Amino acid sequence: MNSLIEINDLDLFYGDFHALKHVNLEIPEKAITAFIGPSGCGKSTLLRTFNRMNDMIAGTRIEGKVEIAGTDIYSKEVDVETLRKRVGMVFQQPNPFPKSIYDNVAYGPRLHGISDRKKLDEIVETSLRSAALWNEVKDHLKRSAYSISGGQQQRLCIARALAVEPDILLMDEATSALDPISTLKIEELAQELKDRYTIVMVTHNMHQAARVSQQTVFFLNGEVVEYSETEQLFSNPTDQRTEDYISGRFG
Amino acid sequence: MAQSLERQKAKPHIAEEWVGKVYTLLCIAFLITTIVSIVYFVASKGLSTFFVNHVSLTNLVTGLKWSPDGQPPVFGALPFIFGSFSTSILAAVIAAPLSFCAAVFMIEIAPKFGRRYLQPVIELLAGIPSVVYGFVGLSVIVPFFRDVFPGQGVGIAAGALVLSVMILPTITTIATDALAALPKGLKEGSYALGSTRWQTIYRIVLPTTLPALMTGIVLGIARAFGEALAVQMVIGNAPHIPHSLFESASTLTSAITLSMGNTAMGSVANNALWSLALILMFMTFVFVFIVRWLEGRKKL
Ligand SMILES: Nc1ncnc2c1ncn2[C@@H]1O[C@H](COP(=O)(O)OP(=O)(O)OP(=O)(O)O)[C@@H](O)[C@H]1O
Ligand SMILES: [Mg+2]
Repeated sequence: MNSLIEINDLDLFYGDFHALKHVNLEIPEKAITAFIGPSGCGKSTLLRTFNRMNDMIAGTRIEGKVEIAGTDIYSKEVDVETLRKRVGMVFQQPNPFPKSIYDNVAYGPRLHGISDRKKLDEIVETSLRSAALWNEVKDHLKRSAYSISGGQQQRLCIARALAVEPDILLMDEATSALDPISTLKIEELAQELKDRYTIVMVTHNMHQAARVSQQTVFFLNGEVVEYSETEQLFSNPTDQRTEDYISGRFG
Repeated sequence: MAQSLERQKAKPHIAEEWVGKVYTLLCIAFLITTIVSIVYFVASKGLSTFFVNHVSLTNLVTGLKWSPDGQPPVFGALPFIFGSFSTSILAAVIAAPLSFCAAVFMIEIAPKFGRRYLQPVIELLAGIPSVVYGFVGLSVIVPFFRDVFPGQGVGIAAGALVLSVMILPTITTIATDALAALPKGLKEGSYALGSTRWQTIYRIVLPTTLPALMTGIVLGIARAFGEALAVQMVIGNAPHIPHSLFESASTLTSAITLSMGNTAMGSVANNALWSLALILMFMTFVFVFIVRWLEGRKKL
């Protein structure tokens, strides 16, 4: 598999706090990579370096390199907005905008200059279809995004992210606020999307990681302890700490 | 045995509950009585203009001439109503954009500096007595307008300008709270789609907080509408509708404060002033009503 994201010797500091330590990692293209590890070990932090969401936190400092498709995304030439258009993100809590379902999905395309009604209609439909939500909402696109269930809202957020045609989709515990059925739907959705997108998901649910991902990365205290193909990591971990974690001995 | 224990324990609680209930009830009864009596008093006085003195409501509201000492006396309050509305709405038009910008700056652009230094300063503005505002307006704004524009300098423009500074804290505080209460996730969601800070402010922050911002504006207008002293000092107090913003005018409040000492209780002239007060009170209710309605429209 080709790797799309390459992380070289990455260190990240929140002020004095050393949150990521010498991270080296490769994330394969058009596959699902899962980040697992105990709370506070830096999974979200690393995820948020891929679309530079950490830029907005005052006092964050970064050393080392994050390359996406060969470009160092922290170099001066890189435009953050363009980067974020290519690297979509879905958050832990569904965060639809207080607008209609249609306007939520059309938000990104509109930002990037698409105003043609027909074109927008088309994007909204394809995105909602990709997010497996179209059939449930197609008759009331004008309704508020707050009128649908939490699981539907999360799929709406996925649709919203897909609408700007990203290459990468980051999901930070995107199912942790959802019921089992909605969770399953989103897992199935991720499976379908992985043929077209590179997906990185943070999860606290090891079964989920084992079920849906092709590669798994195990974090501990800001370090990447081990990463390999998911099956390999769960059946035959090379590091004692990984084994302890996945067998539930700590974390 | 168990039962008797429970009884003993329960008793003091019953007493507490009862005392608390009676105490809060008394407070609320006192409040309601006060409000009802004020409303009743103003209304009975204000309405007696129409029912006792037989001045017609239409004449009062649409009449252009106010001369309580004339033969016969005429009570046309339209100039005052016009003055009140124009000064307070103009004040809001001046203050609202400033307040929004200040709020956006404090929350979105420079939260640390804004919260620590700017907000206390703006809140300080709210604590300055209105006579000081009026005095500053009279010594600075009025002479300035007199030099720059034709006329005496006093008038609606001067009144609105003074009022706009006075309502700045009201609108800013409400706008700031509204922006601060916006869930972080909404903004992050917008940024994550590749929007710039301004795009996020225009497309997410402002539309979402609009009802709250409108609430701030209406409360600002309400405050301006009821302000008497500062306006009276700079508006000129001529009882007619001015032809320009820089010509002497009057408001409902300034008309009341200026003439209330010169009328005898129970006279037509006095009752007519109460009618003005009634209009003021009615408008305040309308503003409160609008605010309620806006609150109900909040999207979050
Ligand atoms: N804005 C911040 N400022 C300072 N420290 C932070 C900040 N955000 C996170 N941290 C710290 O960085 C470390 C990693 O946080 P991060 O959110 O990446 O953990 P996580 O692995 O995603 O945990 P969880 O599973 O609970 O979401 C934690 O110790 C946290 O306290
Ligand atoms: Mg996290």
